[in-house]
Amino acid sequence: MIGETAGAASDPLAGLYQQVILDHAKRRSGDHELKSADAEHYERNPTCGDEITVQLVLSPDGAVVDELAWHGAGCSISMASASVLSELAEGKSVAEVRSMIDSFRELMRSRGTLEPDEDVLGDAVAFQGVSKFVMRVKCAMLSWVAAEACLAQVA
Amino acid sequence: MTPTETSTTDAGTTLAGPKPGSAVLSEAEVARIRTDFPALDQAVNGHPLAYLDSAATAQRPWAVLDAERRFLETVNAAVHRGAHTLAALSTEEFEAARETVAHFIGSKPDEIVWTSNATDALNLVASGIANASRGRGAPESERLALKPGDEILITEAEHHANLIPWQELAAATGAVLRWIPVRDDGTFTAQDAASAMSDKVRILAFAHVSNVTGFVAPVAELVELARAAGAITVLDACQSAPHRHLDVATLGVDFAAFSGHKMLGPTGIGVLYGRSELLEALPPVRTGGSMITTVTMEKTEFLAPPQRFEAGTQPVSQAVALAEAIRYLDSVGLERIEAHEHRLARALVDGLSGIPGIRIVGPASGEQRAGLVSFDVEGVHAHDVGQFLDAQGIAVRVGHHCAQPLHRRLGLTATTRASTYLYTTDADVERLLDSVAGVRSYFGAAS
Repeated sequence: MIGETAGAASDPLAGLYQQVILDHAKRRSGDHELKSADAEHYERNPTCGDEITVQLVLSPDGAVVDELAWHGAGCSISMASASVLSELAEGKSVAEVRSMIDSFRELMRSRGTLEPDEDVLGDAVAFQGVSKFVMRVKCAMLSWVAAEACLAQVA
Repeated sequence: MTPTETSTTDAGTTLAGPKPGSAVLSEAEVARIRTDFPALDQAVNGHPLAYLDSAATAQRPWAVLDAERRFLETVNAAVHRGAHTLAALSTEEFEAARETVAHFIGSKPDEIVWTSNATDALNLVASGIANASRGRGAPESERLALKPGDEILITEAEHHANLIPWQELAAATGAVLRWIPVRDDGTFTAQDAASAMSDKVRILAFAHVSNVTGFVAPVAELVELARAAGAITVLDACQSAPHRHLDVATLGVDFAAFSGHKMLGPTGIGVLYGRSELLEALPPVRTGGSMITTVTMEKTEFLAPPQRFEAGTQPVSQAVALAEAIRYLDSVGLERIEAHEHRLARALVDGLSGIPGIRIVGPASGEQRAGLVSFDVEGVHAHDVGQFLDAQGIAVRVGHHCAQPLHRRLGLTATTRASTYLYTTDADVERLLDSVAGVRSYFGAAS
């Protein structure tokens, strides 16, 4: 398992497949379909066929994300990323989630040069290594882009 | 296929495996061949490169790289125009390259049209027929015209390049696009094709070799079905022309398309073969310079094929280099290359079959398949498989391989594909097998 060798220079995958990512890919948070939601968005990565639908439920006053559920199919990076997003978003204000998505995008575009802020991104800091694998950045971004589109619907 | 059907098709020349007696390339010969390919001699992620993605793009030997450079350094000039010495030399080499391709597939030189790739070639046929259908072209173009209710028949296993142009042609003409359904393993039989055939079918288009399953289509039977219905045949030869002897006269197809970069040649060049009388009937698609006889402000007379389809500046150095690639392939021998890949494909299928959680798509072990194998790793997405292999210097293709409908039919969104060529070694195959055996435990998918 990668966890035992994470960080080892001999394993070029260690930076990509952090244990946190592999764990989220297996035991996924928020991976279910809601019967009704305040916003819903389907996103697809045409190059690999990964797809995801993100659903948002807001508090009655519309200020807080009560629930972020998702369902879809894809690689471990895209699935783990959606799971992390779901855990991070729930209970945060819409403004906080927006800002978190911006931070995550910035991290993903950094090609490994940015030191992420764990206070803002929580478990999502584990995706820092993904930003060095340009081909996989879209995998990590998939659910976040869908969530952003959901927020645009309820803005 | 049932054993009976296999033996029936094996009686035909086009479907048989490598000819008995064609010597498989020896280990020493493959080692020698590899020294001709500079890109193979490198480390990737700290491991020697095991390049198993030749079905996407093949590597190029020095001879091909040198031929293109030599042309550019000494000849490079516009073809079919200009009177200076280099222009004449350039034209000679360009047309000599066409003759080389023609000889390679058993056609006449003027049945060879340069395109930018196989996708472009297939689009040229479909768009040309669309133009004929709206009354463009010469009186003889009428024979290619489609009308509402006519049918275009393809297979469910096609690469998008041999699917979408036909969707567009159907939309443009009111013709109906239909397909031969594939079985659970992604293959189909001549009988399946016969069941899907109708007398309304005007075009039958199919891949000679599937880029996903390695399945080899029963070309002779399909051509016979098409002829009986009065339909033209279009062969996607992308995965066959580089790997097996292709003779269009023997196959009897009306059109065939393939790409240079999959057969040791450059990118940016492809080939459309069209039987003379059909190319003659096909209206032009791209118009402009170099494809005309007389132009007035009102109208234009077009050149005969193949120039009619070669508007604008052509990929000349690429054509010259492709001809060199063909000479290289001929020097090794297509029969021997096919036999080599056949042996490697068997090793891949047998090895992968022994790994728990691996599902191979395509023909079962022991049945004929080209030198490529796509597979699903239970519990691990193909992109993760590809990333895992890449970390060990093993290059494979992952994804839907531009065949989404086929993957959907197989109940998969993506597969991992290992494909071989003349330079692929047993060690490459063994490394892949060793690595794949470790994928599921790495991702925690092994029970």
